[in-house]
Amino acid sequence: MSHEVNRRQFLISSAAVAAGLALPSAPLFAQGARKVRVGLMLPYTGTYAALGNAITNGFKLAVEQGGGKLGGSEVEYFTVDDESDPAKAPENANKLIKRDNVDVLVGTVHSGVALAMTRVARETKSLLIVPNAGADEITGPLCAPNIFRTSFSAWQPAYAMGNVMAERKHKNVVTLSWKYSFGEQSVAGFKEAFEKAGGKVVKELYLPFPNVEFQPYLTEIAALKPDAVFVFFAGGGAVKFVKDYAAAGLKSTIPLYGSGFLTDGTLEAQGEAAEGLLTTLHYADGLDIPKDKEFRAAYASAFKMQPDVYAVQGYDTAQLFAAGLAAVKGDVGKRDELIKAMESATIDSPRGKFTLSKAHNPVQDIYLRKVEGKENKVVSVAAKALADPARGCRM
Amino acid sequence: MDLTTFLIQLLNALQYGLLLFLVASGLTLIFGIMGIINLAHGSFYMMGAYMAFALTSATGNLFVAILLGIVLSALIGFLLEWGLFSRLYKRDHLDQVLLTYGLILMFEEIRSMIVGDDVHGVRIPEMLSASVQLSETLSYPVYRLFMSAVCIVLAVLMYWLIRHTRLGMMIRAGSSNREMVQSLGINIDLIYRLVFALGVTLAAFAGMLAAPVSSVYPGMGNQVLIICFVVVVIGGVGSVWGALVAALLIGLADTFGKVIIPDFAGLTVYLLMAVVLLWRPEGIFRRI
Repeated sequence: MSHEVNRRQFLISSAAVAAGLALPSAPLFAQGARKVRVGLMLPYTGTYAALGNAITNGFKLAVEQGGGKLGGSEVEYFTVDDESDPAKAPENANKLIKRDNVDVLVGTVHSGVALAMTRVARETKSLLIVPNAGADEITGPLCAPNIFRTSFSAWQPAYAMGNVMAERKHKNVVTLSWKYSFGEQSVAGFKEAFEKAGGKVVKELYLPFPNVEFQPYLTEIAALKPDAVFVFFAGGGAVKFVKDYAAAGLKSTIPLYGSGFLTDGTLEAQGEAAEGLLTTLHYADGLDIPKDKEFRAAYASAFKMQPDVYAVQGYDTAQLFAAGLAAVKGDVGKRDELIKAMESATIDSPRGKFTLSKAHNPVQDIYLRKVEGKENKVVSVAAKALADPARGCRM
Repeated sequence: MDLTTFLIQLLNALQYGLLLFLVASGLTLIFGIMGIINLAHGSFYMMGAYMAFALTSATGNLFVAILLGIVLSALIGFLLEWGLFSRLYKRDHLDQVLLTYGLILMFEEIRSMIVGDDVHGVRIPEMLSASVQLSETLSYPVYRLFMSAVCIVLAVLMYWLIRHTRLGMMIRAGSSNREMVQSLGINIDLIYRLVFALGVTLAAFAGMLAAPVSSVYPGMGNQVLIICFVVVVIGGVGSVWGALVAALLIGLADTFGKVIIPDFAGLTVYLLMAVVLLWRPEGIFRRI
C-alpha cells in the first residue's frame, strides 16, 4: 500500500516538476531569449560594395557598443547581397521577409533597389529602414508608417546649396547632372531654393546616366559664362567631372558647387583638381561634436579604417531601431508602440542630433564643406534642422 | 550660340563621330563581309579601354600601352576567329546571336576577375595634356585634336586598303562570292581571319584611344555597341563609307542635341535614325 502511494506520489511530483519547468520557460522564451532578426540587404559586390560594407560596419558597431544587444535584445543577422540590381530586388527582399522572417529590413544604397524594397515593404507591412538611398519618393508618395530613412532625401543637400549660392551673390547659374531621378531631384531641390532667393537658373544641362563624356557641356558652360555652376555627380563620374572641369580651365573662372556626393569618397582620385570646392551634405570632416569624436575613435579601432558618411548612416539605422526595441522591451509584436517610439526618437548621431519628420525622413543640419587636402572640412551650417517637404506623402 | 562655340562644338562632334566610326567600321566589316552578327563587338571596345588602363599602370606610358594593346587584341581577335567564329559562317543568325551574347557575359566576367568592377581614369600623356586657346573664354584640349587626327589617318588607310590594294580586292570579292574566290586558289579562310582580327583591333584601339577622355567603367562596351548598331543601320549594312558618314551624322546629332535640347540628350541619335530610315529604309549607302 505504502509502496503504491510512493509510486503515485513520485508520479505526481515528477509531473509537477516537469510542468513547473515547462510552464515558466515558455514566456521566458518569447520575451528575453528570442533574438531580434535583422535583415541586411546591401551591396557587397560591385561599384557600391564599399558603401554596403561601411553601412554594415556602422550598424554592427552600434550593436557592439550595446554589449552585443540592440535596445536590450540580442541580434541575429541575415545578409543578402543586393548587387545594386533593381531587377533582383523584390526577390531578395521577399527572401528575407518570408523565408528568414526578419523583424526589420535594412537597405539599401541604390535608389532603384530601395524603391523596389519600399514597394515590397508596403505590401507586406514589414518594417523597413533605408540607410542611404535618397530617392525623394521613399519618404514622399511611397511613405508609410512602417518605412523609415536615416540618411537624406535628394532634395535636402541640394536645397541647402541653393541658399548658399544665393547668399554668395551668384545670379545666373547653369546646372548639370545625369538625367535620372536622383540627379533631377537634386537639380529641382537646388532650383527651388535658389530661385526663391532671387537667383536664376539660365540653363539645365543633362547627360544620360552613367555617361561621362563631358566635353560638349563644358564647352557650352564656357560659352554661356554663368556666375557659377551647380552639379550632381557621384563616384567615378564625379572624379572625372571635377578633373575635366579643372582641365578645361573653368575652375578659376566659373566657381563650381555641388551636393556633397561630388567630393565624398572621391578626393583621393580627384587630387589637386578638387581643392577648394564647396559642397553641402549632412556630414563633414572636422565637426566639433563630442559624439562624432567618440564614434570616429571607436570605428577606427574596431575596423582599422576611418568612417565615412555611410558608416554614420549605418550606425544611426541601428540607433533608430534600438530606440523602438527599447520601448517595447524587445517584443517586436507590439508594432504600433515600436513604430511610435521610433517616430519620436531623437537620434544622437555623429552628424549631430536629429529627429524624424512626419514622413520618417531625418530633420537634420546640412553642412557647407570645403575641400582642403584630402578632407571635406566643415565651413558652416548651410541649413539648420532642414526637413524634407515630403510632397505626395499621405500619412 | 556664337561662332566660336559653334566651331568648338563642331570639333567635339567630329571627334566623337570619328571615334564611333573606328568602332563601327570593325562591326560593319565583320557583319558586311563575313555575315556575322557580332554582339560582342562592344566588348572588344571595353577590352581595349581596360587594356589601356592596365597597361598604362604597368608601363607608365599610354603610347607603349597602346602598342602592346594593339598586338594583344589582334592576337585575341585571330584566336577568337580560329576557335569560335570560323564555325559560325554557315550557321544561322540565331546561333551567332547566342554565341556572341555569351561572349559579352564572358568578357564582363573576365574583366571583373582581372581588374575588378571599379571605374578608372587614364592619365593623358604629358606631351598632349595642354589646351589650345581658341577664343577668350574657350580652350580646346590637345588630346582631343590628336584623337581626331589619328582617326582620320586610320579612315584613309582603311579606304586605301579596301579600294586600292590586292588584299582589299580579295576581301571585296570574298564578300560577294566566297566559293568563286576560293576556286581561284586564294586562301579565303586566312583572309577572313585577318579581317576579323582587324575588326577586333579597330574596336579595341578605339577603346584605348578613348580611355583618357571617357574613363573606363564596367558595361561601357554595351553602351557603345548600341550606338554602333545605329551607325551601321543608318550607314547601310556592310558599307564602310556609309559607316563614316553615319558616324559623323550621329556625332553632330548627339553633340548639338546635348547642348540645344539637353532634356532629350539621349534621344536625338534615335530620332536621327528614325528620320533616315523613313527616307532610306536600307540606310544611306548599301554594301561596300
